[in-house]
Amino acid sequence: MTGIAALGTGGWILSEPFMQNAFMAGTAVALLAGLVGHFVVLRGQVFAGDALSHVAYTGALAALAAGLDLRLGLFTATIGIGFALGLFGGRGASDDVVIGTTFAWILGLGVFFLSIYTTRSSTSDSTANVKVLFGSILGISSAAAQSEAWTAAGLILVLLAIARPLLFASLDAAGAAARGIPVRFLGPFFLALLGATAATASQLVGALLVFGLLAAPPAAARKLTDRPWTGFWLSGALAVAAVWAGLALAYWVPTLPSSFTITSAASLEYATAATASWILARNARIPASPDLSNPEATQGAGETAGSRHQ
Amino acid sequence: MNPAGFLAELFAYPFMVNAFQAGTIVAVAAGAIGWFMVQRRQSFAGHTLAVIGFPGAAGATLLGQSPAVGYFVACIGGALVIASLPATGRTGGELGGAGEESAAIGTVQAFALACGFLFVSLYKGFLGGLNNLLFGTITGVTTGQVALLAVAGLVSLAVLAIIARPLLFSSIDPAIAGSRGVPVRAVSAAFLVLLGVAAAGTSQVTGSLLVFALLVAPAATATRLTARPVLGIALSVVIALAATWAGEAIAYFSPYPIGFWVASLAFAAFVAATAWQAAREHHGLRRASPNAGVRA
Repeated sequence: MTGIAALGTGGWILSEPFMQNAFMAGTAVALLAGLVGHFVVLRGQVFAGDALSHVAYTGALAALAAGLDLRLGLFTATIGIGFALGLFGGRGASDDVVIGTTFAWILGLGVFFLSIYTTRSSTSDSTANVKVLFGSILGISSAAAQSEAWTAAGLILVLLAIARPLLFASLDAAGAAARGIPVRFLGPFFLALLGATAATASQLVGALLVFGLLAAPPAAARKLTDRPWTGFWLSGALAVAAVWAGLALAYWVPTLPSSFTITSAASLEYATAATASWILARNARIPASPDLSNPEATQGAGETAGSRHQ
Repeated sequence: MNPAGFLAELFAYPFMVNAFQAGTIVAVAAGAIGWFMVQRRQSFAGHTLAVIGFPGAAGATLLGQSPAVGYFVACIGGALVIASLPATGRTGGELGGAGEESAAIGTVQAFALACGFLFVSLYKGFLGGLNNLLFGTITGVTTGQVALLAVAGLVSLAVLAIIARPLLFSSIDPAIAGSRGVPVRAVSAAFLVLLGVAAAGTSQVTGSLLVFALLVAPAATATRLTARPVLGIALSVVIALAATWAGEAIAYFSPYPIGFWVASLAFAAFVAATAWQAAREHHGLRRASPNAGVRA
């Protein structure tokens, strides 16, 4: 709704070049993050997404400390570590401890690069650290916005190309493997894609807040629907709506940083969806008023209720 | 370089004495509480609590209060909120349950960081402070802060000692513990509050983002070295203490920040323990640790 309001008054919001850039890059990146995030939540890899967004911080600062283009470090670090996580990380329940410990160290390395960067070059941009951590969607140039949008569009195409087998492998890994889907390859490949997404999105909302776009819209979508493909597109749409609403709010209330408004909008979506689904579940105490449009969900709910009785 | 001269140089300034006192208290509490956290697989919740401390500290600074108070209020408040949420899909392998729950926690985390950023940007000229809040500092610990940390550390360790047995029991098998009359929910809520205290304390040494270095890495290292609870907790505390003391000492003599050193030392311990565990399993002691063969 807020997204529509922003469009409706778009005549004057979008007359500013920096808002045009922000909307162009923001829309593409939000769509990417929402769609990728759907699989992240479905596959239970939220923690890995969190870790990769922190890797983005270190990668960016390492590149800055070495005097290279920030994006080079961002993408190398996130894609490489995402792929490695997929190859070596997927073993049982010690997973979160390994990821957590490793990413604490990687963030520590980021601080190390930060201090090299700030002490080495006296001319260095003192706000670079804040930009990497918390993003600067309103400050990007038109060229950067275009490259962001193209990168995001390319990554969306890659995701769409693997979406079907990935969904199958996420829901039923053994079955997918039996059907000849390369499950072992798909896992690392998806985490590499997640890394690229984190890198792209971190340039807009910052490494620390990427997570808001990756987790909140898909989690909200899953509260609203159980159907995988509906959830997939809904998640993308919710992420785009969050960015539009956040940008509009940041434009009208300049004291609020855009990264804050975008993350707040995404969080609000989740809070609203969670409340709505809780109220619906409460009102539907009379067992299973059969939702004809969604036989699978009804069946699933029945099974859960049945297993609870045992 | 004789040891006495080294120590005299290290403690020449009062701020280093404060930093070591604070580091010692925090390392003991984080090592012990972190061990239980790793057994309960709640490290994601621990990270979230630490992150919630950031807006707390930034908000306290904005309001003219001490950041230490902000850390504690925010972390304990966050723990109470998490504890009051219904525990959905925490145990089951039900599809997406765990993913959805961690997505909810992650959303809270992102929102907390965003709020912290808002407070920082409302409080102009705070850019140096931002790094201290996120990545820790050795120069900023006041005497009052040490006293607050000591009280919080002692109280939380006392509570941990009281609930340790039922906590361990309900961490290993909540269903059986519940049927034996252990108040599983109350125990787990109490533990989350303890985790909040530990996260708040650790944040003041390592910064909000590097809390894992003291809360997870030592405990995970200890878990790899021994399966016995008392020995594991002791080992976890010792590793946390070693990483903190060495990290603070190196940070004092080097241009790089404390967060980096503590995180690197703790990570090195974890890697070494993982390698040792792998080597031990390779030598055919596989039967000794029942978890080793599960995946294969």
